[in-house]
Order: sequence, then structure tokens, then C-alpha cells
Amino acid sequence: MKMMTGNWLIGFLLLTACDPGPQIIVPGRDVQREVQRALINAAPGDTVRFGEGIFLFRKTLSLDVENITITGAGPDKTILKFKDQVTGSGGEGLLVTKGGFTLENIAVEDSRGDAIKVSGVDGVSFKNVRVEWTQGPSPENGAYGLYPVESRNVLIEGCTAIGAADAGIYVGQCENIIVRNNTAKMNVAGIEVENSVGADVYDNVTTDNTAGMLVFKLPNLPKKESRQCRVFNNVITANNRPNFAKPGTLISGLPPGGGLILMATDEVEVFGNEIADNDTANLSILSFRSTKRKIKDKDFDPFCESIHIHDNTFSGGGTNPIGDLGEAIKAVFGNHGPDIVYDGSLDRKSLVDGRIPVESSVAIHDNGDASFANLDLAATAAGKEPSVTTDLAPHAHSLEALKPIHIDGVN
Amino acid sequence: MRLLLFGLATCVIVGCGIPDYLGDPPNRLSSYDLFDGDGASQEPENGVVPYAVNSQLFSDYALKRRFIKLPGGESAAYGPTETFEMPIGTIIAKTFSYPKDARDPSQGERLLETRLLIHGKEGWGGLTYIWNFKQTEAFLEVAGHDVVATWIDKKGDVQINEYQIPNTNQCKQCHTLNDRIVPIGIRARHLNREFEYPEGTENQLTHWSRIGVLRGAPNHNESPKLADYDDPETGSLDDRARAWLEINCAHCHTQGARAWNTGLDLMASQTDESLLGIYKTPSAAGRGTGGFRYDIVPGKPEESILLHRILSEEPDVAMPEIGRTIVHREGAELVRHWIANMEDGENEN
Repeated sequence: MKMMTGNWLIGFLLLTACDPGPQIIVPGRDVQREVQRALINAAPGDTVRFGEGIFLFRKTLSLDVENITITGAGPDKTILKFKDQVTGSGGEGLLVTKGGFTLENIAVEDSRGDAIKVSGVDGVSFKNVRVEWTQGPSPENGAYGLYPVESRNVLIEGCTAIGAADAGIYVGQCENIIVRNNTAKMNVAGIEVENSVGADVYDNVTTDNTAGMLVFKLPNLPKKESRQCRVFNNVITANNRPNFAKPGTLISGLPPGGGLILMATDEVEVFGNEIADNDTANLSILSFRSTKRKIKDKDFDPFCESIHIHDNTFSGGGTNPIGDLGEAIKAVFGNHGPDIVYDGSLDRKSLVDGRIPVESSVAIHDNGDASFANLDLAATAAGKEPSVTTDLAPHAHSLEALKPIHIDGVN
Repeated sequence: MRLLLFGLATCVIVGCGIPDYLGDPPNRLSSYDLFDGDGASQEPENGVVPYAVNSQLFSDYALKRRFIKLPGGESAAYGPTETFEMPIGTIIAKTFSYPKDARDPSQGERLLETRLLIHGKEGWGGLTYIWNFKQTEAFLEVAGHDVVATWIDKKGDVQINEYQIPNTNQCKQCHTLNDRIVPIGIRARHLNREFEYPEGTENQLTHWSRIGVLRGAPNHNESPKLADYDDPETGSLDDRARAWLEINCAHCHTQGARAWNTGLDLMASQTDESLLGIYKTPSAAGRGTGGFRYDIVPGKPEESILLHRILSEEPDVAMPEIGRTIVHREGAELVRHWIANMEDGENEN
């Protein structure tokens, strides 16, 4: 271990020789235990500092102390590498189970499972963090890159996620979330918000993933809601990478070429985004039924409601629709699929006088010359002839704007 | 004597009768006075009660010895379902070892580690002590370790595995319930069985009540009892498979525990089929799916993610994800039979 010379000197001069100042962890032989010990012995409020270099770990590192910051010398200079992770040592690179946690200026590479999982906490910030599987896209890569779950007050900013076999940035079953200024590429899904309430996802770039950005709700999870999500000012382009997720996962059913996909979620406002060159569809609005999976969850509502799409820029895309959704598009539009695709599934329970109330509807307006189609997939699923329409009139209205997300100390 | 003086000094300073083991853990296991002599024989000291559980967590075929020590004169409060309420100062110890030759116990064992759960003033905490090569003492290690273990199994085959000694965070991974650390085995359904005490065989709940370390327990016939997964006399196939799943999985996969985010609850008492994983779409399994769509497909163990992960030895696929590096063949076989015999309420479409 190396002491910070400056602090030592000051400490010496002040004759308070008790405090050696912050210690910086450097690569070394027994780094696994050294780092794990530092994370266990840290006191609330401490900063655990890593110096430059590649740190090789064989086991999951875990942190279970409140209000800890872990920091490195930069996401290209301090690299925590988990390539040789052994069985029985944990399922992820870094596992954090206490709140007030900040991770910054560091990279996590090649974890066998998820790269960084933060579970069940209040307050987690990822800043300038890179997560990457360096062999490039492969079904053998870990599922999630940045993975906060069952947490509240979640900030992910200025991060990069590359190569995840599920989602590069995955926010699951969380509340009060800001995801901004991140880049996700070469993942199956770039950025995903799932079964979460209250998210602002903005100023991100997702490109070269199988699907750029997802706002999903899944059945059989403890958190049953997915709502209040604003997706704005993002660049979601050319997400056409062949799906490399392990078969069986829900994500493995995603066709390449999805820009932004909303599934089974409520209250999403999508505005100011640049969505281009996603070859199945730039934007799709789907029911969970589109997955053709069993739903064994009596509390689960598979439909999208209160969706507001406005002031986005669409271009290109729809030129190579793939998968079940792609086939449905292709059957009508060939290789000129519309920008915005809606499966037309409605919850009969929500209908009033045979119509969906405006506040629960899919509203689409002011998106330039974006093309649209309602594919009526419910009819297709029932074995009937779908009545496909490109008429935007039933959707040409506005919905009330969703409220911005506020996190104390962040914005 | 020095320890006694130190203990007294601590009492005077902090005003209590119990050393603050969690705040200032001793470096040596012998400081706790749990075992006779150097502890190598694992003979408990007076006041230290050995016990066993009906079905035990698989830990790479390591042997386990369990002990509990309550502060003098105090007792635990019985409850039918939850972990017994135990007084502050209670110490629970579990020693892991490998036999040199499982066919011949007289050849002895190699002690690996002794894990302690200690009930401190601010709740339970876990500490791990690693046995030295000479087997004369075990030393505190918070950061975990791995030990290459060589042993001969019951069939006479030489086994070599990289046994994982957990770090103290990993204690919490299995023992956390609703943000608190709780002992798992000290529950009526796990303890309700016979044990061979030096003075004869007796039901553990009866014995604990008789010697005064447990209060409020009914006759053991009225207490819940989990099956021994390995003993068909103790329950049906369903009972035994569910017992195995509870003790191996439900410490994380239940409401309020670490893996509750998956929506899977493998407690033996759970009756909701989708919470048990039947036709449940995996949420965060990644490679763990093995290419399959559901946790459990009734009648089709070979297509069930649950069994696939029990049978795996890959780090991000194997379940449980900590505490084992090799497959528990007998447990996997039991789960295979259980799924194979499950009736399919509906056909996959």
C-alpha cells in the first residue's frame, strides 16, 4: 500500500500523526483479499480509492457499508477485471447492498455474471463508470452491466456500457431514477428500465445494440408497476445488431432493429429524441402478449397505457423488419416499415363505452413526418385477419406532461 | 486469566456482562471457549449444545458440526415458524470439515473453518475463523479465502475441490431477512428431530426445553417438522424436494431476502405455483437460463431452468451462487424426480 505523500506531510507537520490519510489500493498479488478487506472494514462516509492499473479478481467483491464512495483514476485507467471468476464466489463483479453508494471513474470488465449489482438500497450513483465485456458481443457475457435493482434514488450518468448479453444499463424494480449522458453500445439492449416508477432517461446515446432502449414491465416480479417514465433528448440510432442473448431469456426474443420499445408499461412520455435507422422499427408500443409467453401472474397487466409520443425526430429504419413483429410489419409494408409501430392491444377492462379513455390512450403528435401503423396484433393472435391502419387520427391528441424527477443532491 | 481480567474490564467500561465480540472480534477461535482443549476434537465445552437440522444446506460435501451457546441461565423463546428469539450474547457455531476418507471415519478429518453467528447488542453478526494446518487453532478472516481440499468420498474416489470460505459480507447474503441478519437453522421445523447426546438419544426440542435453553415449546409432536431430504421415511417426494429447496435456496429466494427481486419463493410452505417457479419467465437469469424459457416446466426437468442451475458448475449459472463449487448430485436427482412427477395443469402453447 502506498500512502498519499501530501497528506502524510501535512499530518506530520500538524503533528496529528494518527491519520495516515486516504490510502490508495494498487494492483498486487493478494488484491482480492486486500480490496475485500477494505470494503468490509470501511466506515460509513469513507472513500475507497483505487490507483491506476488492472486489478484481477477471482471472486465477487461485495460492499455492505452505508455511504461509501469507490473511486478510481478514470474508466480507462482503473480497471477491475473479473475474467477468471470461480464458481461459488458470487454471481457478479461488484455487489453492493447498502445505500448512499457512489461508484465513479472506474471500469469493470469481463465479469462472468452481471458487472455491478446494487440491490435494495436508497441512494446509488454511478458516474463516469465503464462496464465492458472485452471479447465483444457474446452469449457468454454477463447479463447486465450497471444493475441497480429494488432501489430508490438512482443516478446513472456519464457511463458507458459495452457487450452485455442482456442490458448494458438495466434499472429494475426501482423508484426515482435519473439516467443521463450515458452511452450504450454492442449490448443486446442498450438501456432498459423495467418494473420501475419515476424515471427520467435523457441525453443518452444508444447505438449498435440489438435494441436501443426499453421501457418494460414483466410479470412475476415483486414490483408490479411500471410508470412515470420520461424518455427525452436521447439519440437512438442503428440498433440492428443480431440478438446474442442466451436463448430462454426474455430478451432473447427481441428482434434486431428495435429503437425504442415500450412494453406493458404505463405513463411514458417520449419527446425530443432522435430515433433513426433502426431496421425493424424505430419505436414500438407493445403488449406483453407480443412475447407469446405464458403469464402466470394474476396481478399482471400486460398492456401499455397513457403513452405520449411527441416532438421526436424520426428518420430511416424499418428497412429490414425481423422476428414476429417484423413479419407482421413486412406483411403489410415490405421493407418500408413505419417509424412508429403499435400492436393495438387494448385492455378491455379499461374501455369506457367501447373506447379507451383519453388519459389512458396512446397519444402521438408533432413528430415531423413520422409514419405510423396500428398492426392490430390482437386479431392476428386470435387467428383473425388484422385490420392494419396507418391512420394517426385516433392518436392525434396530447396528454398531460409527466413531472420531472428530482433526487436530493443531484438536481 | 488474562481473558477473564480483560472481560471484567470490558464489563466495567461498557457496563454489561457480555464481551463485544462483533465490535472487537478476537483473533482466535479459542477465545470463545466453545470447545475442549485446542478444539481439534470439536468436543463442546459445558454449556455448549451440539445440534443438527433435518435437512442441511449442501456445502461441497463438507461435514458440518453445529453448536449453540446461550448466556448462562438464559433461554431462547420458541416460535412455530420464525427463528427462535435468542438472548443477546448467544453464539451459534458451525464447523466445516472434510473426512480424510469418508469410508473410514477413524482416519479423522481436516477442519476447514468455523463460522460464528453472534447475537450482539445491535443484532446478529457473522464471523469466520479458518483452521490452521496443524489443526490447533482457527484464526479470524473477514475477507474469505479458498482452500484446495482433497478427500476420499464414500465410493473411494479421490475428490479435489477449491473450497470457498466466505467473507463476512457473504454471511449476510444468506442470513439477511428484511434487512436484519437472522440465524436459519434455529427454527422449530429444522430442529424437530432426534439427536444422539452422550447421555442418550432425545428429540432436540425436548432436550433443549429440559436443559432450560428453550422456553415455550409444545410437545415436539405438535411442532412443525421439515423432512430430511435424504430419508424417504421422513416425507413424500414432494416433502423432501421442498425441504431440499428450502434449505438450499430459500435463504435468498423468499420474501424479504436477498434474491426476492427475482420473484421466486422456494420456502417449503409456499403454495403459489408461479412463486415456486412453475411457468415463470426468468427475470435476470442471463446465461443461467441454459436456453430454457421457464424456471419449472412440470413433467420436464430437462427443460427447467431451476434444475439446470442446480446442475451447473459455472460461476454465473450455478445456484446457489455462493457456498458450493460442485454439484450436489443427490439433491439434483431429487429435484429432477420432483419436477418429472409434477402434473402439468396446462399445455405449453
